[in-house]
Amino acid sequence: MRTKRLVWVWSFLALPILFYSVIRFYPTIEAFWLSLTNWDLLKPPQFIGLANYEKLFADPQFWKVFKNTFAYLVVGTPISLLLSFVIAYHLDRVRFMHGLIRGLYFLPYLTTAAAMAWVWRWFYQPAPIGVINNALGTIGIPQQPFIRSVDQALPSIMVTAIWAGLGFQIIIFMAGLRSIPNTFYEAARIDGLGEWAILRKITLPLLKPTTVFLVVFSSIGFLRIFDQVYNMTTNDPGGPLGSTKPLVLMIYQTAFSSYAMGYAAAQTVVLFTILLCVSLLQLWILREKK
Amino acid sequence: MRKATLFAGLIAGFSTLALNAAQAVEIEYWQYVFDTRVKAMDQLIENFEKANPDITVKQTTFPYADYQTRVIAAKMGGQGPDVMQLFYGWLDKFVAGGLLQPLPADAFPHDKIESDFFPIVSAMKRGDDYYGLPTAVRSLALFYNKKLFTEAGLDPANPPKTLDEFVAAAEKLTKRDASGNLIVAGSTLDMGGQDHQWWREVLVRQFGGEPYTDNDRKVAYNTEAGEKALKFYTDLQTEKKIGQVGFMDEGQAAFRAGMAGMTIDGTFRLGAFKSIEGFEWGVTELPANAEGVRSNYASYFANGISATTSGEKLEASKKFLAYISSPEAMDVWLKTVGELPARRTAAMTEGNLADPIYGPFLKGLEYARTTMFVDEAAQRQNTIDMANRILLEGQSVKDSLAQGAAAEQAIIDAAAPK
Repeated sequence: MRTKRLVWVWSFLALPILFYSVIRFYPTIEAFWLSLTNWDLLKPPQFIGLANYEKLFADPQFWKVFKNTFAYLVVGTPISLLLSFVIAYHLDRVRFMHGLIRGLYFLPYLTTAAAMAWVWRWFYQPAPIGVINNALGTIGIPQQPFIRSVDQALPSIMVTAIWAGLGFQIIIFMAGLRSIPNTFYEAARIDGLGEWAILRKITLPLLKPTTVFLVVFSSIGFLRIFDQVYNMTTNDPGGPLGSTKPLVLMIYQTAFSSYAMGYAAAQTVVLFTILLCVSLLQLWILREKK
Repeated sequence: MRKATLFAGLIAGFSTLALNAAQAVEIEYWQYVFDTRVKAMDQLIENFEKANPDITVKQTTFPYADYQTRVIAAKMGGQGPDVMQLFYGWLDKFVAGGLLQPLPADAFPHDKIESDFFPIVSAMKRGDDYYGLPTAVRSLALFYNKKLFTEAGLDPANPPKTLDEFVAAAEKLTKRDASGNLIVAGSTLDMGGQDHQWWREVLVRQFGGEPYTDNDRKVAYNTEAGEKALKFYTDLQTEKKIGQVGFMDEGQAAFRAGMAGMTIDGTFRLGAFKSIEGFEWGVTELPANAEGVRSNYASYFANGISATTSGEKLEASKKFLAYISSPEAMDVWLKTVGELPARRTAAMTEGNLADPIYGPFLKGLEYARTTMFVDEAAQRQNTIDMANRILLEGQSVKDSLAQGAAAEQAIIDAAAPK
């Protein structure tokens, strides 16, 4: 009986495993090999050792892109998590039009990035075309260049990315909040704990698995940011002057605009390493203390 | 009974298929998706198949963003097109990768090519061989909004002819609201559009310089002339204040919306501008400098034959390529796509030259240059950055130019065959 069930389990698992090996793991390993070659799609790849990595680490553009990518991560992840938690925490207590409000927060998550990016591009226009600058103008704040500025472009794009991902994080946080048994709260209230103490002693600790999931998920999202940036800066991808360019966009341009596949593969290996380290670090920091 | 009929039908079907296969040669043609281009090609294929009943042509299209990758990937996979369209700037890469074969000289004699086509076709020549022929070519011109011209007190029948007149007209066309915000730009400023070509092949020459030497393998614009040309361009925003980079997001969008008096763009924009309903627009040659020096930038997509095509498919491909670069095909292309014929005789007809829209573009072709890009996207980006460093970071024109020239030389050197 047991063996029969095992056979069944494995035969069901075999298909996805095979599928993943062929379309995920094999190309991943292949990318490591390609990063050591000078492949340009046309000629067969030639082994060139670590030349791609040497070139990459000596390239000032790479370090700029590296800095940008971490700016998206370090600023974007905490802000988006804090915002979504605060919204979820309060939304959880709202009964009036709860469904509608939740729907409004979730809506941006369903919209395609390209469409959103285009709308935001117009929002950020100078007055009288751009709504934001118009609004600033009426309350007497000077015009801001937003995506036409080397300093403001990255935060401007980050705002749209946070806004777009907020709905998803709110839903997950709310699910986490709902899964905390009400009896805990009741007991705490009977014992006379204040709201702040309840939040700190009960809600946050019990929400930890949700938070860990969202931290890792959102960090990977920000490290891999591409569509928001690409769509908002199509005329000058990653610009102005490379100030918004994330690593994935650099990989895309190296591979599909300059056709330097080997060099692009080296960049993906670096991205892979960063993603791996950041994820492991977060899991280690947020691990269950036994 | 029913089974028997079905069976007979199947047999009949198979035999006709087999018969057709024995008679007809099928060749495959690849180009990128662009509505009017696909339509024009459908019509050309229909005409061609009527004249050559033993050949069928199958058209396959891909989105522009994927097109190059598809062609290259297909070559690796061992099955690509027989005849393919390619941008002139991709030729080095395609030849180096063994994607194309030289055009057979029996079907395409060199002296004929050189006497019949515009001289820019030389960009398809490597060594002693031509690798492709264009159906149509594109050049730049100055588009202007006649309604805004009239409102600004300018004569819509007399658009600017020189750079000074261009700046003067732009100054009059520019409108700002009470707080100084731009409402109508005198002219669009969009390096990511066609302005980088205008700067590189036109302005640099008009200020007495040369963009490149040594077959476009040496950057030559880091001179006083180049500096003057770049200063002229960035001054349009900083000194003359006739426009703003990023205004309405893209230059062509600003013009379409009736919020820019003038814009420099190519023949390929005609289709999009034809649907403008709010105002009338006109086209004129790119402005000359004070000494009357003019220049223009021309580019084209050519058609070439795949390196792996041979035997009867090669014969069919030769016939097809000859047809799609014939005067008849060029006429179809002009009417459907709006791009200019690549043969001098087909282009420079009295009717075309007198045409208020095609005329200025055709005149531009006479003195147009073609930049031999090694990596068009990267070289364009470099020019965008050169202007942005001045406009956004306040770098001096001289320093930005020097930095840009060095960076572009590095791009060119990196692409050089080792």
